[in-house]
Amino acid sequence: MAQRIDVTDLNIYYGAFHAVADVTMAIEPRSVTAFIGPSGCGKSTYLRTLNRMHEVIPGARVEGKVTMDAVDLYAPEIDPVAVRRQVGMVFQRPNPFPTMSISENVLAGVRLNNRRISRSDAHDLVESSLRGANLWNEVKDRLDRPGSSLSGGQQQRLCIARAIAVKPQVLLMDEPCSALDPISTLAIEDLIAELKDSYTIVIVTHNMQQAARVSDRTAFFNIAGTGKPGRLIEMDDTRTMFSTPTDRATEDYISGRFG
Amino acid sequence: MSIARQAGAPASPPPAPGPSRPVRRVRHGLGGRVFAGLATSAGATILVILAAVAVFLVIRAWPALTSSPEELADGVSWFPEGTTLAGFVGPLIFGTLLAALLALLLAVPVAIGIALFISHYAPRRLASPLGYVIDLLAAIPSVVYGLWGATWLAPRLFPLWDWLGRNLGFVPFFEGPASSPPRVVMTVGVVLAVMILPIITAVTREVFLQTPRLHEEAALALGATRWEMVRMAVLPFGRSGVISASMLGLGRALGETMAVLMILGPGFTYSLALLQVGRHQTIAANIANQFPEANPLGVSTLIATGLVLFVITLAVNMGARWVISRRAEFSGAN
Amino acid sequence: MTLLDRKGPPTTGRPPSTRDLLTRGDIRRTVTDRVMTGVITGAFLVALVPLVSVSWTVLSNGIGRLSPYFFSVSMRGVFGGMDAGGIYHAILGTVLITAVATLISVPVGLMAAIYLVEYGRGPLARAVTFFVDVMTGIPSIVAGLFAYALFAAIFGPGVRFGVVGSVALSVLMIPVVVRSSEEMLRLVPNELREAAYALGVPKWLTIVKVVLRTAVAGIGTGIMLAVARVIGETAPLLITVGVIDSINRNVFEGRMMTLPVYVFRQYSQGLVPCAPDAVDCIATVNFDRAWAAALTLILIVMLLNLLARLISRYFAPKAGR
Repeated sequence: MAQRIDVTDLNIYYGAFHAVADVTMAIEPRSVTAFIGPSGCGKSTYLRTLNRMHEVIPGARVEGKVTMDAVDLYAPEIDPVAVRRQVGMVFQRPNPFPTMSISENVLAGVRLNNRRISRSDAHDLVESSLRGANLWNEVKDRLDRPGSSLSGGQQQRLCIARAIAVKPQVLLMDEPCSALDPISTLAIEDLIAELKDSYTIVIVTHNMQQAARVSDRTAFFNIAGTGKPGRLIEMDDTRTMFSTPTDRATEDYISGRFG
Repeated sequence: MSIARQAGAPASPPPAPGPSRPVRRVRHGLGGRVFAGLATSAGATILVILAAVAVFLVIRAWPALTSSPEELADGVSWFPEGTTLAGFVGPLIFGTLLAALLALLLAVPVAIGIALFISHYAPRRLASPLGYVIDLLAAIPSVVYGLWGATWLAPRLFPLWDWLGRNLGFVPFFEGPASSPPRVVMTVGVVLAVMILPIITAVTREVFLQTPRLHEEAALALGATRWEMVRMAVLPFGRSGVISASMLGLGRALGETMAVLMILGPGFTYSLALLQVGRHQTIAANIANQFPEANPLGVSTLIATGLVLFVITLAVNMGARWVISRRAEFSGAN
Repeated sequence: MTLLDRKGPPTTGRPPSTRDLLTRGDIRRTVTDRVMTGVITGAFLVALVPLVSVSWTVLSNGIGRLSPYFFSVSMRGVFGGMDAGGIYHAILGTVLITAVATLISVPVGLMAAIYLVEYGRGPLARAVTFFVDVMTGIPSIVAGLFAYALFAAIFGPGVRFGVVGSVALSVLMIPVVVRSSEEMLRLVPNELREAAYALGVPKWLTIVKVVLRTAVAGIGTGIMLAVARVIGETAPLLITVGVIDSINRNVFEGRMMTLPVYVFRQYSQGLVPCAPDAVDCIATVNFDRAWAAALTLILIVMLLNLLARLISRYFAPKAGR
């Protein structure tokens, strides 16, 4: 259950502001694709167009084509709510629902479509999702405690469990480790490596080592200056990108000369 | 709250360590001391006023509180024979609570709807103008609501009450026949609901607007529709805010006088029949009704009932503030 | 199509295509969402009904009687269904009583706010903060009873004059003034205070010359709104100031008429029984006067609100940030 995503000539606007220009790329299934680039280059904005989450911001619009398994996500008959169900998302800061327990958090998405899920099915799903997120052993004794009682790293893994519980095709991660300590970061990175066997994973990261460690392919975004749109500079296998990038800006960024 | 307080406090001048002590050291001069003294006594005045309200009400209510039922019945023309003061005030408390709860029941769902509309359904830049429109409802004086409710609204509500009385008459609340003109507690409830709508909406709206974007996006990213997002993220987050807003509204409704006085045909019973006239009366309306013509013992009796109202509203408002402060601690911990 | 390792929908027997997954929203959920959008929008529209209806009834019923004559005479000597009488005495009473209430409330409220923001520490400040909130919830009729009880203790029972009403209104007004002023004082940036201290200006002068100067527009707005709030109060004035038909300019002696009480009074006098052949008798004159006075009252309240907005717009210090 993983799909490929193809993006063709995508332009993203916020009102009159042109945020991202002319992105064309293919995101391979069952692999990790990393987006890197300096702050403000539009990589997070671009990520959010892959599950139509950018529409939440008033004035945001998109031109171009995003297809999943040859279906255009922006075709008029497509339901954005259904898109988000197939393309899950993990955010920069862990955001479990504070009023729900750990197991309720995991089930939150599932209950939307299947209100009368049986007790045992629910329990199985909680266990398999939490196991999938490498969290089961840490929380199995306190599934009824509030999600906010966990540590930051555990909360983020809970959010991943919540995202994979609805069995999406694609998992988007928007700087999932930037609010976490190094040990939690490592745990998430290990998890990403396991998850890529079953999902298409796209991760935005500020941390180039992280991109090098977890991703199969890397896309470098850059921005010409403030007020200018962000662009995809180049995209290649991660190993190639980090050893012999074609573009000068990529090399400068990767070697830490700016960013 | 403590953060706001610290932010508001002036920072210390150079030679002083510690957070708040140096402030004292600066004000050497007479002007400084006088000014500080004035400010402090103004603060203390608030406490004095509140204490005075309680004390003077008790003093004035004392003659009625210590009189026997016979003395009251003899001395006060409208005091029913063969009842104690408690027996007199009981139906009034019942009527007050009934009218206020009815108003709350009608107002809270609508207020939540309005608040959601303003915070999550209408375009963001319309949020403050739309809020202002609702706030206009609060600017209308209660006597105008009374006039409007009694002359314009009541006749228009009668067909509905009549229908309720005919078709749902088996429910004790809607026991028919509905009185006409409908100077009944149900009509009062509707008018009071309109009057407390703005305060409940304003507080609820603020809380809803504060829902963390993180949680809203979490819900949407799971494939929630807008309403499901509201149910998953906004309503749970705003629940205590809605509760405290409702209690503030309840406090308003309990003390509202003119609309009740001008609409309700009074009576002193424990009846649940909302559509029948001459069954209910509220403490506040009763005071306003009897006070101008009352003799000293009558005034004392009325003040005693006012004391009861004061205690009830005090309890409700303190409850609301308590919920709010608990919420503040809760969100501060996160 | 990818391999789905879970059961597909039993109806088709084969896994749904990606297109199906992305287009077929759950009907029940979509409908619920639509319905709730309707309900929530409806709630807002429902709230507009009383707003429009009150405005319209007051305007249409009240405008007919508004005239310079109506504003310039009292009700003295007016009886029955006479097509005469006005609200001069009521406007006068409202203005005087509200003015005295403002004179009492503003110094106390403003100084209490200064205390809370600039000096307040420890239990007293916490108590004041808490009880200001509690005071906001005092029913207006109880404030009236308090004022009556206070003055009755000094002047004996049956006391009724303007200042008693002002005291009652002050009890309602002070917490509003404290809250809004406090909010405004807290908005004054700390750098301003520090800058003044650095120049060796004593704390109290800093407050007077810098803090209050900066916050004056906001405080003015708050006071206007507080006045607008109490000017429509009826019940406390009904029991502390009473009713009268003639003009009384002395707030220290005798009953006074006020605009809200006038509305109530006219309303409660009800229809006039006119003789069938009477020429100078309008059966509904009391209601007409009530509506006209209500319209005047609403106009005054709206004017105060407008004034409050203008003050905050034009006198606000230019925001530097």
